[in-house]
Amino acid sequence: MSAPIIHMENIKKHYGNVIALNGVTFDLRAGECHCLLGDNGAGKSTFIKTMSGVHKPTEGSITFEGKPLSFGSPRDAMEAGIATVFQDLAMIPLMSVTRNFFMGREPTKGRSIFKRFDIETANEITMAEMRKMGINLRGPDQAVGTLSGGERQTVAIARAVYFGAKVLILDEPTSALGVRQTANVLSTINRVREQGIGVVFISHNVRHAMAVGDRFTVLNRGQTLGTATRGEINAAQLQDLMAGGQEMAALEGSLGGTI
Amino acid sequence: MSTDTLAHSDERIKAEPFLTKLMKRPELGAIGGVVLVTIFFMITADSTMFTLSGVMNFMTPAAQLGILGIAAAMLMIGGEFDLSIGSMVAFAGMVFGVFVVNVGMPLVIAIPLTLALAAALGATNGMIVLRTGLPSFIVTLAGLFVLRGAALVGLKLFTGGSTQLRGIREAVEGDFLAPIFSGDAFGFLMRWLAEAGIVDSFKSGVPKVPGIPVEILWFIAFAAIATYILLRTPIGNWIFATGGDSLAAQNSGVPVRRVKISLFMLTATAAAIVAIITVIDAGSTDARRGFMKEFEAIIAAVIGGCLLTGGYGSAIGAFFGAIIFGMVTIGLTYTKFDQDWFQVFLGAMLLLAVIFNNVIRRRVTGER
Ligand SMILES: Nc1ncnc2c1ncn2[C@@H]1O[C@H](COP(=O)(O)OP(=O)(O)OP(=O)(O)O)[C@@H](O)[C@H]1O
Ligand SMILES: [Mg+2]
Repeated sequence: MSAPIIHMENIKKHYGNVIALNGVTFDLRAGECHCLLGDNGAGKSTFIKTMSGVHKPTEGSITFEGKPLSFGSPRDAMEAGIATVFQDLAMIPLMSVTRNFFMGREPTKGRSIFKRFDIETANEITMAEMRKMGINLRGPDQAVGTLSGGERQTVAIARAVYFGAKVLILDEPTSALGVRQTANVLSTINRVREQGIGVVFISHNVRHAMAVGDRFTVLNRGQTLGTATRGEINAAQLQDLMAGGQEMAALEGSLGGTI
Repeated sequence: MSTDTLAHSDERIKAEPFLTKLMKRPELGAIGGVVLVTIFFMITADSTMFTLSGVMNFMTPAAQLGILGIAAAMLMIGGEFDLSIGSMVAFAGMVFGVFVVNVGMPLVIAIPLTLALAAALGATNGMIVLRTGLPSFIVTLAGLFVLRGAALVGLKLFTGGSTQLRGIREAVEGDFLAPIFSGDAFGFLMRWLAEAGIVDSFKSGVPKVPGIPVEILWFIAFAAIATYILLRTPIGNWIFATGGDSLAAQNSGVPVRRVKISLFMLTATAAAIVAIITVIDAGSTDARRGFMKEFEAIIAAVIGGCLLTGGYGSAIGAFFGAIIFGMVTIGLTYTKFDQDWFQVFLGAMLLLAVIFNNVIRRRVTGER
């Protein structure tokens, strides 16, 4: 198999006296979907924030395309090709789809003081990219606030792909979605992976993870419980791992296997 | 919209009527307001209000407020307030007066120095807001008192105890920069139009309106440049993004801190420009200059469609908001109404605008 695009070794992150991550090792190869699973507060969001330059890890090392790396800001990570769709979506509801799509990376035309936002080009690209993802916008000036949750996730993913992401990090993109919209987002993930982009997919939902994942890493209270490859593990085992094993089995018994 | 997108249109989307589209523009309320106020004064006011000289009469205060209002609107879109701009007018006026009268600087030095000082104070406001994470409302409220007090102390210090500094007009007389910041422009045009009989003139042939007061030109230029920046440049997109959700903007690579600090510098500089124009015009400055202007500027911005929560609004809206202000303040003198109705009107207009904006916002975000 190919060498990983990104390798995170023994990452630790402390928030004051809170130990959010206590030595997590993780890697990602091109064209794979690596699922990161774990319960609420396990440290998933914190972990990917160290990967995307939002937080500096307290300890540990990151290797990106074979070189050691330390991102100073999300912008550095973005420029290197690590794009993140945050759980609390980096989208602004009052702004149009186009303006959101190009936020921070506006195409320009003209020179020096006449340099301006090339809104026509931006509109065309946005419409085309969204259509590729299977979404027909009313118009490029439609406000993001009028889109459904799944459509918003898709805008965010389309944006990352358009800007040449090599690593796409998705923090619980399906958590708030209905069945159809979840299916849409999962098929988008599939499409993105086929383009050779490495996807980190965070979820609570084992079934969603099983649907697209190639490898699965489970986090629990800031530590990894191990990484499994597709086929090595089934949904029930993953579920157990996420909940920390034994207690869950007992609980599940009393609920009659409904979870 | 291109025909291409129509070809792909979704069966669940009804064609959007032009009117609905118009309803989504932030400046709609202010334009509607101008129309209503115009109709009101057409009916109630003396007909001289809408002659050329009448229009100049209400456009002059509208322009002075509007320059502040447009800057305040941009800052509000960026998600912050500046309550210190009224006091900044007094402070910058005092500094400028001291520069030209006491120090005897020519305008070419005094004006850039005054603007730079104001910009530095604006940047300080921004820096404090960003460092402390406190609401700009409270940080600049402190600025409101500090600058007002400093203006008063400064005036007394440099005039030997008086709260008014005189002799500014004499000091700038003949300065080559003075015509850009004072008096009327396009005098030749007015004379030409008067000769051609297009505008009213006195019996001597001198036009009744000698020219366009420079502040009106500044006002129009401000509105045009602000609109261009907001709608047609990357910086405009950054301003909307910063005000919409500064964290999301930051995570997308928008230089949020730089945007906010620049906007605070802009409001302070706009206040200094208004100070320079009005101080030269009056020939003197005092500590009450710009009193309450911070609130009037914010009201103009809100009437113009700015949301108090940031991320939405328009410079054109603030432009019309300021014109409504000017029309009502001056217009009431052309009517039989008591002029003090002005304040009542102000409050009512503000409340109406906020309610209206709320409705508009819900429309934009798809009534959720
Ligand atoms: N900024 C912060 N300051 C202090 N503690 C934090 C901060 N961010 C996260 N934490 C703590 O770190 C731990 C891990 O949080 P994190 O957000 O990474 O969890 P998560 O696995 O993403 O959970 P969820 O599934 O609910 O999104 C939690 O105990 C949380 O309270
Ligand atoms: Mg999380």
